[in-house]
Amino acid sequence: MASAFDYAPAPESRSVVDIAPSYGLFIDGEFTEAADGKVFKTVSPSSEEVLSEVARAGAEDVDRAVKAARRAFEKWSALPGSERAKYLFRIARIIQERSRELAVLETLDNGKPIRETRDADLPLVAAHFFYYAGWADKLDHAGYGANPRPLGVAGQIIPWNFPLLMLAWKIAPALATGNTVVLKPAETTPLSALFFADICRQAGLPRGVVNILTGYGDAGSALVEHPDVNKVAFTGSTAVGKAIARQIAGTDKKATLELGGKGANIVFDDAPVDQAVEGIVTGIFFNQGQVCCAGSRLLVQESVQDELLHSLKRRLSTLRLGDPLDKNTDIGAINSEEQLSRITALVESGEAEGAERWSAPCELPSAGYWFAPTLFTNVTQAHTVARDEIFGPVLSVLSFRTPDEAVAKANNTQYGLSAGIWTEKGSRILAVAGKLRAGVVWANTFNKFDPTSPFGGYKESGFGREGGRHGLEAYLDV
Amino acid sequence: MPTTAPSPKRSAAFEQGGASFADATASDGALRRFLHGLPGVDAVGLEARAASLGTRSIKTTAKAYAIDLAISMIDLTTLEGADTPGKVRALAAKAVNPDPTDRTSPRTAAVCVYPDMAATAAAALAGSGVKVASVATAFPAGRAALDVKLADVRDAVAAGADEIDMVIDRGAFLSGRYLKVYEEILAVKAECGRARLKVIFETGELSTYDNIRRASWLGMLAGADFIKTSTGKVAVNATPANTLLMLEAVRDFREQTGVQIGVKPAGGIRTSKDAIKFLVLVNETAGEDWLDNHWFRFGASSLLNDLLMQRQKLSTGRYSGPDYVTVD
Repeated sequence: MASAFDYAPAPESRSVVDIAPSYGLFIDGEFTEAADGKVFKTVSPSSEEVLSEVARAGAEDVDRAVKAARRAFEKWSALPGSERAKYLFRIARIIQERSRELAVLETLDNGKPIRETRDADLPLVAAHFFYYAGWADKLDHAGYGANPRPLGVAGQIIPWNFPLLMLAWKIAPALATGNTVVLKPAETTPLSALFFADICRQAGLPRGVVNILTGYGDAGSALVEHPDVNKVAFTGSTAVGKAIARQIAGTDKKATLELGGKGANIVFDDAPVDQAVEGIVTGIFFNQGQVCCAGSRLLVQESVQDELLHSLKRRLSTLRLGDPLDKNTDIGAINSEEQLSRITALVESGEAEGAERWSAPCELPSAGYWFAPTLFTNVTQAHTVARDEIFGPVLSVLSFRTPDEAVAKANNTQYGLSAGIWTEKGSRILAVAGKLRAGVVWANTFNKFDPTSPFGGYKESGFGREGGRHGLEAYLDV
Repeated sequence: MPTTAPSPKRSAAFEQGGASFADATASDGALRRFLHGLPGVDAVGLEARAASLGTRSIKTTAKAYAIDLAISMIDLTTLEGADTPGKVRALAAKAVNPDPTDRTSPRTAAVCVYPDMAATAAAALAGSGVKVASVATAFPAGRAALDVKLADVRDAVAAGADEIDMVIDRGAFLSGRYLKVYEEILAVKAECGRARLKVIFETGELSTYDNIRRASWLGMLAGADFIKTSTGKVAVNATPANTLLMLEAVRDFREQTGVQIGVKPAGGIRTSKDAIKFLVLVNETAGEDWLDNHWFRFGASSLLNDLLMQRQKLSTGRYSGPDYVTVD
């Protein structure tokens, strides 16, 4: 939308972050090359520029890291909770102090807008460490009896959509409860985890308590498989989650899996329309829709559908897509070429199956991986775009006539991670929320996160809860 | 920046739009049902949206554009018991020539005074293109009989006011007598003649966002040319959230009736940074059609000097200081 008020470029400075040309694995408090010397490159998805070359962990490195974590476990778990808390508080404060640097780094490596890394990711990362730091010396009061014990070594595998935030969700509760960890970040976003390794050193965290292995799925699989790992925590796709469940079947490893979703955002005819439109936009276009709990299915009451879609389309035409480092950018790049082709294929299937595709006029940059915010109307429960997780900026619009039908359609999915309800009527919020089979139900808001709130799925969205008091259970022998 | 934009087919469109809402204003009951049938406002969501737009980073050329636009949108205001002809003339001189060191600065949109100062302002501003705005209707409380309020308006118009800033009867609004408020606005509008009417809701006293949305529609249905947040005389005046809400109202009203209405936040906007945030709200809510002083105003006084200092900074590269702008 060309306007007289044309915002001049307002890029955040790249100079606040110093990315080294190469990085090693972080094992036992030291950066080290992979045993077989393998490396891989990480690129900036908005420009395809190579940012750095990082070591690619193999089975031998996994073994080294797990052994380091095992050695560190005895002392770390024996520390009084108040001592572990000191380290976590220190880490939280360093994250706050370095938040600008980390936000720019995350934006470069992931492709998401700086507005999000600055205003959402980083504040939540620090908040998570602060929150679990507070639990470390209060575990007796968490509801699991006196002196609950940690599990041991946690093998943690995190996705690329919120690299540092998912790291925080995994590492903060693990350390607070006295476990040691081996964490593998996603292969497309290894950098913020490596910077976190540096923060651990800066905080004086004892060697081996946190180990970071950059690498691919084979390293993740070796970590899950390792006999001396007591706990597996995974966030990612349902397909990989199922593979992990098969791998650990028959062992005594505990697991939490946070997998895919196809969240329903339900808009009733008495909804606050302007705020509902904002919530729909936040629900599906936050982080380019690459969010497991995205509100990717809009269920709108048929009597207000036209009016709502009109407002929604008008709002989408004001979204600013482009350089993720520009402070005025709303929509950044898709994380990888692979993800872009997955989104493209699903969108093509939507068109082939007869759904109506709409995008606001929008110019995409020539380099990098980009996908314009997209709506599908004329969608039914039978369409692929209404059933499969797209994990991109694509919203499927379905309609309903009655609250019962809304609940039935919202629940009619293999997933059960999130849902949203938009109505000015409080009694309806309570009635509908109680019937939705989703781990998180937002009322008159969407994609709102807080470390005090547990998060997790029903059905194929996984099991176990992260965050809040509930999140402690996943790392305690209870 | 033109000080008068062409009026968009007002009469024809309004007849049409007016007709579609004629039922809504037929009786107190009908008006209540209409206003209470407007979509609700979620306060948390509204404030979050306003805050999120407040993070827009407006730099270099965009900032220069926004500063000049903001200056051209100011209703430079003095509403003191201690106002004198000298004070009003000084303010008028400032409105016409805001920065004596830089004649390229745009003029403000208007000077806003009490009715008894309207003639002084009109004389001082004659031929400058800067409008005379006068508050009226027993501003700021609005606690007077209707004929007293109308006499107040007549006085101001006769003294040369181009624009009348009226206050609604908040007591009537809060007690649910919407038709009384509506009819009072109609009566004031009739007295305005060619003067444009700004309707002040005193949003700080209406208190809820639902009330602000209802008051906005009430004012627009009654023929307001502008809807205005506040008098500047109460604790809570213009905020990004209540202005955003009113911008949504004028946007929706134009879509439904074809009639464009202006918005004026007033009170508490003191810095360039704040003013630019409001312009971002305008740009991304109502749209660029409102980026003109015919459709958007700031009711402010100290804001002008801050804008001028920022303007000097952009043109010279140096920060000046309060001694390099005039104190009036």
